[in-house]
Amino acid sequence: MFQAFQQRRWPLIILWVVIVAAIVAAPAVLPVFRLNLLGRFLSLAIVALGIDLIWGFTGLLSLGQGIFFALGGYVAAMYLQLNSSGDLPNGIPEFFSLYGVNRLPAFWEPFHSPLFTLVAIWLVPAVLAAVLGNLVFRNRIKGVYFSILTQAALLVFFNFFNGQQKLINGTNGLKTDVTQLFGQMVGSPEMQRGFFWLTSVVVILAWLLLRWVVRGRFGDVLIAIRDDEPRLRFAGYNPTLFKTIVFAIAGGLAGIGGALYTVQSGIVSPQYMTVPFSIEMVIWVAVGGRGTLVGAILGAVVINYAKSLVSEALPQSWLFIQGGLFILVVTALPEGVIGWFRGDGPRNWLNRFGISRRSETYPRLDLEGQEEVQS
Amino acid sequence: MQLLLESLFNGVAIGSVLLMAALGLAIVFGLMGVINLAHGELIMLGAYTTYVVQLIFKLPALQPVYNAYVLVALPLAFIVSGVVGILLERTVIRRLYGNPLETLLATWGVSLILQQFVRSVPLAHAAGLILALVLGFGLPLLLPSSLLAGPRARLVRAGSWAISALGGVLLAGGLASQITRIARATSRNVDVTAPKWMRGGIEFIDITFPVPRLVIIVITIVAVVGVTWFLNKSVWGMRIRAVTQNRSMSDCLGIPTDTVDVLTFGIGSGLAGVAGVAVSLLGSVGPNVGGSYIVGCFMVVVLGGVGNLLGTVLASFAIGMLTDLIGAGRLLTIWPDMPAPLAGAVNFFATTSMAQVMVFALIVVFLQFRPAGLFPQKGRMVEA
Repeated sequence: MFQAFQQRRWPLIILWVVIVAAIVAAPAVLPVFRLNLLGRFLSLAIVALGIDLIWGFTGLLSLGQGIFFALGGYVAAMYLQLNSSGDLPNGIPEFFSLYGVNRLPAFWEPFHSPLFTLVAIWLVPAVLAAVLGNLVFRNRIKGVYFSILTQAALLVFFNFFNGQQKLINGTNGLKTDVTQLFGQMVGSPEMQRGFFWLTSVVVILAWLLLRWVVRGRFGDVLIAIRDDEPRLRFAGYNPTLFKTIVFAIAGGLAGIGGALYTVQSGIVSPQYMTVPFSIEMVIWVAVGGRGTLVGAILGAVVINYAKSLVSEALPQSWLFIQGGLFILVVTALPEGVIGWFRGDGPRNWLNRFGISRRSETYPRLDLEGQEEVQS
Repeated sequence: MQLLLESLFNGVAIGSVLLMAALGLAIVFGLMGVINLAHGELIMLGAYTTYVVQLIFKLPALQPVYNAYVLVALPLAFIVSGVVGILLERTVIRRLYGNPLETLLATWGVSLILQQFVRSVPLAHAAGLILALVLGFGLPLLLPSSLLAGPRARLVRAGSWAISALGGVLLAGGLASQITRIARATSRNVDVTAPKWMRGGIEFIDITFPVPRLVIIVITIVAVVGVTWFLNKSVWGMRIRAVTQNRSMSDCLGIPTDTVDVLTFGIGSGLAGVAGVAVSLLGSVGPNVGGSYIVGCFMVVVLGGVGNLLGTVLASFAIGMLTDLIGAGRLLTIWPDMPAPLAGAVNFFATTSMAQVMVFALIVVFLQFRPAGLFPQKGRMVEA
């Protein structure tokens, strides 16, 4: 972003101006409902960025990002619930009385503090991811075994949150849209507009952070883990440490995304931890283009937008389309859409129609290494 | 003694369903290295096959032999799931050998499509479609090879597919007109009623053993013995093991690896269908029935050690018994006066879903000590 200004690359500068203008103007143009949807999809894009970091760059396919997503959401919702239950009997959230609980469970206590909550939104998922990840990585469990274990972990957390009515309202989840923040209803249009802007800013910040992470030597190590982990280990690196770090980063991002999603959708429930939802997250990245950060953002927003449009028009057909997307993207478009454009995709198409502009030349090889980390 | 026996039986019962569901996966994942997330949906297809067979046997003409429908459903479910599995292998998985993560995503896509398929297509039509597929794949195998290789080969193939399609349409039309319940698409769960001889239980030393559970245990034993025999004694089993050990070498020695792949995948998928029959006897059948088994199946395979049937058997019984032990709070019955905090903890986990939490946590702990499962594959590879 800043390099663009320093180097006076005008197309990039114009692009950034357009993006910022679109974010500022969106609330004025879009109806409240659509704006809210867009805000939610942008928060999902933050999760997708994390998945892109661990899958696209490091080669770890996690099917359990829903854990961290939902945890972030729960942290935010717990604070909001406490913040608006001061006037209620016992001063604890309403749902507790349904299960005959009169005292706040101890682990709720710290969430009275807004500062603690802001930190916990990303720290809790990140620490959990680091612990879980380290347990798996240090045994050199990888590839599909890692994926299966993350899926099992997801199921464990789902069952736990789903079953514990007395602690976190079980399957009903925690509602946030009628809670108070800064003396306003969280579900009000003004607050939602603020959350939309906040989400947009966080998406850009997350993108900048990850771009900084994947460029340079750290990013090179990640790509080396993806492409040939044993060789990297023989070269004296410790892949476990790197994997743990990136898994924690992805977990933290998922937590932030989950918190922003929760305040915009008005509820957090164990449904965020279901197996299908977590695999869906992977397909956003796959369609957009794994290994390209922009692809993850675009994939999350575009696919979810398509999903809401298709579900409104033909509710029956979305699963067919989604299933087809999964198959199509791995068989025909393994690089994703953005990756296809960056790679040889367009040129191959032009070749097919006989309008080839230039043939592949040797100096292209020099560029290849850099192309992969470009975002 | 009685407590022990009851506990043992429950554990074996839970474990045998799990084993039945995981057996096909152990073959597909263990021998071929293919992650098939659509395995749960193949189980679902087997369960729906049982449902359709049961309705067919309720027709007046077949009413006298209604009680035997389970025996017909077993091979049919095997064929239905096997054929769908073969179709899946031929069209999608074939292109992705060597890319387990991609296979995982593609098969998840297939599972979504299959789930929506049973929701939005009437079961009668689905049955017709599957019959057409079975005939279409099966007829060329029955025809003399001179016809298939002759000058009119194309015509013969087209003709056999046309006959299959006709058969499928006839079946679909016939079923839809005779049985109104499957003539329209529904996303509701359906129930398979067990035949009379399967209801109730058998009393033995003051314990009632529910008959459906016993039937499932028998099916499981037969399936495990059959699979073991097939893999270790039959010619094709030997070929399958050869391809597993060294694909290119087997290819050089003249083993048709293509056919072996299809066969392995077909058998693994067919076993999922048989598991579907078992599942349908335990509860209602719905589009999501497969999803509830798939993660547990993978845990069984990972815990047992990939590519090891004995490991799969032991792992599923271990998981079954642990689930029963924790989920029913049996520790409290065994040791009634345990200290209060411990009793509280035991009670906390004494539900089916919390027992799953505990069991999975224990598996993860176990994998810390034995990362490759109970029976790891021996070898010197860096990529274990």
